Amino acid sequence: MSAETVAIIDYGSGNLHSAVKAFERAAREAGLDATRILLTRDAATVAGADRVVLPGVGAYTDCRRGLDAVCGMVEAMEHAAHVRSRPFLGICVGMQLLASRGLEYATTPGLDWIEGDVGPIAPSDPSLKVPHMGWNTLEADRDHALLADIPLGPDGLHAYFVHSFAFMPRDPADRVAHSDYGGPLTAMVARNNVAGTQFHPEKSQRLGLALIANFLRWRP
Amino acid sequence: MLKTRIIPCLDVKDGRVVKGVQFLELRDAGDPVEAAKAYDAAGADELCFLDITASHEDRGTLLDVVSRTAEACFMPLTVGGGIRTVADIRTLLLAGADKVSINTAAVNDPDFVTRGAEKFGSQCIVVAIDAKRTSAPGEPAAWQIFTHGGRKPTGLDAIDFARLVTARGAGELLVTSMDRDGMRSGYDIALTRAIADAVSVPVIASGGVGGLDDLVAGVRDGGASAVLAASIFHFGQHTVAEAKAHMAAAGLAMRLDA
Repeated sequence: MSAETVAIIDYGSGNLHSAVKAFERAAREAGLDATRILLTRDAATVAGADRVVLPGVGAYTDCRRGLDAVCGMVEAMEHAAHVRSRPFLGICVGMQLLASRGLEYATTPGLDWIEGDVGPIAPSDPSLKVPHMGWNTLEADRDHALLADIPLGPDGLHAYFVHSFAFMPRDPADRVAHSDYGGPLTAMVARNNVAGTQFHPEKSQRLGLALIANFLRWRP
Repeated sequence: MLKTRIIPCLDVKDGRVVKGVQFLELRDAGDPVEAAKAYDAAGADELCFLDITASHEDRGTLLDVVSRTAEACFMPLTVGGGIRTVADIRTLLLAGADKVSINTAAVNDPDFVTRGAEKFGSQCIVVAIDAKRTSAPGEPAAWQIFTHGGRKPTGLDAIDFARLVTARGAGELLVTSMDRDGMRSGYDIALTRAIADAVSVPVIASGGVGGLDDLVAGVRDGGASAVLAASIFHFGQHTVAEAKAHMAAAGLAMRLDA
């Protein structure tokens, strides 16, 4: 395999240090030593990357504003994902930004790559706390390359979540996995070469490193 | 199913781990980054660093510890101590912290909680509630917020303050009994329960763990979503795996795959 570049987009959204380190370690453990992990706020680098990662921590509106503030970045992401069909991964709010709208504090337009809204978590059991914070297992809604060889279900590995809002895709087929928290919460979405995780693979130890390695090998 | 979290807490001073007895008597227990790696490997669900001298000493050492920990440990990290401004929060998050724990600044200015939550999201704003029981035996239970390691009373009712900071945007509350801290006599279960019942956000029980049954009680009786402990782990009394096995045997949902 030739040396690939993976662009992790830096748009001022919190800590990307651990994301970069997790991708570097997953690449090394997967034998993809030549893969270059680039933390970048340069639109041309993103437009030309082999793989693109959109992280995101914090408030939806603030993240959208930060993304728009980087000149040409949204267009560069669209070029990489939709013109060049490169594998694209959104993480946490980066995944939520794939939606049509965010309903956190104010209504904020998302990228609208996967139709649906990001709305408040409302567990059916009022004793359940919000944010949904901590380690939960994943239930697959359908097979996906990013979940290959990862033990799922009640006895499977755990993913680390911390969120008060959840993505509700309009088309149920866009949901790849969910977690149970007084009802199903969208844990992962995907359509064609675009995927997103609500949980933090870079904080999810074994499951996280396995999912990142799968992303680095993904040929959608 | 969401699992109960076990959070080892490392009190850090001058880049070294210490554990105070009632926050006043300090013992050196090693390098925080090495300790963090060991807890990562041991299956801890999160880690917490509390910089106990942050209000009056150089922050660079702490930021270096946070940064080196985030490079080596792919697990959630909360950092507290001396956080006063939105810029302080940003610096810690950029160094590699996932959450920050705010104490005195939230007492002095509850609006600071709102500013942090609006900028970085409620999910990364933990408010540390240090409380002492102020009611006499036989009276209805009441607790007051203290700052400065339990030395300075504020006159604020702990339950009211918990409700206030949650309404202001705190995403989690770290509830420490200053009566129990370092005493190894168990969490103040009544305090933990009263706050867990009063707010919609997760509560971390803290202060006073002496044995594994105390961890179980914090969740089962105290209603906590997570349990924080220091000495029982730092000095090898129990491993995280032993704690998880004990809690699972008591019927609590634990993450056993790590």
